Amino acid sequence: MQFSFSDDQLALRDAVRDLLAKECPPAAVRAAWTSPTGRCAPAWNALTEMGVLGVVVPETAGGLGLDEIDLVLVLEETGRSALPEPIVETAAVVAPMLAARGDERAAELVAGASAAATHALSPHAVWADTASVIVAMGSSQTVVAPREAFVLGAVDSVDGARRLFELEVAGAVPSGAPQHDESEVDLAFDRAALGTAAQLNGLADRMITMTVEYASARKQFGVAIGTFQAVKHHLANARLALEFARPLAYRAASTIANDDADRAVAVSLAKASASDAATLAARVALQCHGAIGYTTEYDLHLFMKRTWALAATWGDAAWHRARIGRAIL
Amino acid sequence: MDLTFSPAETAFRAECRDWLEAHVPRTALPSGDTPEGFALHREWERTLFDARWAVVSWPREYGGREASLWEWLIFEEEYARAGAPQRVTQNGIFLLAPTLFELGTQEQQDRILPKMASGEEAWCQGWSEPNAGSDLAGISSRAIRDDAAGGWRLRGQKTWTTRGAFCDRLFGLFRTDPDAPRHDGLTYLLVDLRADGVTVRPVERLDGDDGFAEVFFDDAFVPDADVLGEVGRGWSVAMATTGSERGLTLRAPGRFMAAADRLIDLARRVAEDADADPQLQDRVTRAWMDAQAYRWQTFWTVTRLVAGERPGAESSLVKLFWSELDVRLHETALALLGPHAELVGGEFAAWMKGYEFSLSGPIYAGTNEIQRNVVAERVLGLPRK
Ligand SMILES: Cc1cc2nc3c(=O)[nH]c(=O)nc-3n(C[C@H](O)[C@H](O)[C@H](O)COP(=O)(O)OP(=O)(O)OC[C@H]3O[C@@H](n4cnc5c(N)ncnc54)[C@H](O)[C@@H]3O)c2cc1C
Repeated sequence: MQFSFSDDQLALRDAVRDLLAKECPPAAVRAAWTSPTGRCAPAWNALTEMGVLGVVVPETAGGLGLDEIDLVLVLEETGRSALPEPIVETAAVVAPMLAARGDERAAELVAGASAAATHALSPHAVWADTASVIVAMGSSQTVVAPREAFVLGAVDSVDGARRLFELEVAGAVPSGAPQHDESEVDLAFDRAALGTAAQLNGLADRMITMTVEYASARKQFGVAIGTFQAVKHHLANARLALEFARPLAYRAASTIANDDADRAVAVSLAKASASDAATLAARVALQCHGAIGYTTEYDLHLFMKRTWALAATWGDAAWHRARIGRAIL
Repeated sequence: MDLTFSPAETAFRAECRDWLEAHVPRTALPSGDTPEGFALHREWERTLFDARWAVVSWPREYGGREASLWEWLIFEEEYARAGAPQRVTQNGIFLLAPTLFELGTQEQQDRILPKMASGEEAWCQGWSEPNAGSDLAGISSRAIRDDAAGGWRLRGQKTWTTRGAFCDRLFGLFRTDPDAPRHDGLTYLLVDLRADGVTVRPVERLDGDDGFAEVFFDDAFVPDADVLGEVGRGWSVAMATTGSERGLTLRAPGRFMAAADRLIDLARRVAEDADADPQLQDRVTRAWMDAQAYRWQTFWTVTRLVAGERPGAESSLVKLFWSELDVRLHETALALLGPHAELVGGEFAAWMKGYEFSLSGPIYAGTNEIQRNVVAERVLGLPRK
């Protein structure tokens, strides 16, 4: 048993963290809210250049040929920075799916094109209008097609950077669509849930850190509010939830990488705990900030809103608990 | 990352499992917090010791197997899974022993550890006093120098001493220098509860057992050989012990995994007679999930421990988690039992008793309020004042 990351994996995480600190500061997330695409091109291009989009894509398809264990820390970082980009959909879901099908478009994704994906549980495709390829996982068939094959119906998200769309296949299902393969859909779903869980853990960590900084500086009654026990205990609770959510995401990554029999339960453990931990962190962060946290001029809302969006997508905590319940009860 | 156990570890698991299956008493022993129960538990611990399962992680010369931390966790999983009796020697083995290995003299280790391992000498923890609970550095029991006799004379009182009425010896903190700053005047002493000048009074606990004791000292003598660590350095010696208490040595995940499995069994039985309440099923699932989370967080931590890192204030997170998990788990069981929950006899009685005990988790080993303070200040870095 060696439940830790290798030096290379940690180095990749650090590189991504540095890159995102530079290319995706809160100002860039904020700018995405009002930009036409809701995305952050400099960060995406830099990540592409690092090869991050192809971490789990085989080398023959232009990727790095690594696995979900290598990817999970990277995705946690994209959560920490609230990166407004379809990285889970592209790097974790669609690129590996296409690579497994021998579809050449995997290489395009690795090279910087982007993807969108939907599933019965997440019927909205995020950033679909700028995606080159869209995967619609329906209950009877999975459609993989270029964006042009779909009619997109825009819907609004609480997170102004998340451009959401309902999908409708325009005309006939594109020819050459393979048969519906349940195990392929399940795997894609589990990768999406894992990626989202990792992002939620990153978001939770970010909000806790922001709040510790704020509570150490903000004074009331002549002292820093962080000296008050009520504030301390709120933050300790958030930290506690995160402490026990994070290893579950790492372990879930390992079950996907190794195609373990308990993959589904492990992924659900990860997503349910991450959704709960991040939602709690958001709640605590807001409470400890007081009214300033309730403004959109302050950055906290960027992270809270991403949290609420991600907590609800790819199966919320209750859905994942129910999936676990069916397995154990 | 490699989340599989090695063939040797898997073989070790099989060996534990086989032995436990063959030896765990078929019917549960009476509570170890009663005189008869304690005696029967001591016999069981002797059986464990004779087969070298009492202290698996210890050196062979003291009755152990030199098991790795991973093997120890495996043993604890199997022990709890087998429904084996709770360890009445646990305070000595899990709390004092790590400190003895770290700071005790060779003579102390040779003299004390074998008897501790065999259960011949059971130890209890003498920290709390009537006026010093959370504020442990506020203790006032004195140890007064007796040069002629080569040791110390104890005066004062300890309280809430778990199994103090049945144990043979006590480890505790005493004030040796009343003029020194609070934390500096303390010394860690190993006390014989059968010595002259020691009076032990059992105190009934919430669950009806004599699990507590008050211990009174009236010039009881402790020789210099029974000072653990340096005179005046008792606080830092004791902190080594509280790290073990909050962290995982006292409460390995196996205990909670086994309890969660029993809860699932209970939920299945209840679901057979009644329409399954989805809300209750969700609570059962949550309890199982928490036990899993505890297990994986432990594995995460143990990997770092094995690599030579030392547990820090993070052990407070561990204590918070297991103590609250234990309460939720038992609350869920009572909800499943409905009107059967209140019965003190019969097949379900263990759940109410377990619930009562679980409620002490957020109090002992440093209350959860104190642990949250520690997390906020020492893990998160929030200001103290
Ligand atoms: C089942 C059980 C077994 C025990 N076994 C032993 C044993 O074997 N040996 C031993 O020495 N002791 C033992 N104890 C005692 C235990 O260590 C103490 O109960 C504990 O340290 C709390 O002290 P107290 O009971 O005096 O409560 P107090 O310290 O008086 O606390 C009462 C309340 O005030 C809160 N409080 C106190 N200070 C603060 C603060 N600074 N910030 C926020 N809240 C605060 C506490 O959290 C608690 O809610 C045991 C207790 C139990 C319940």
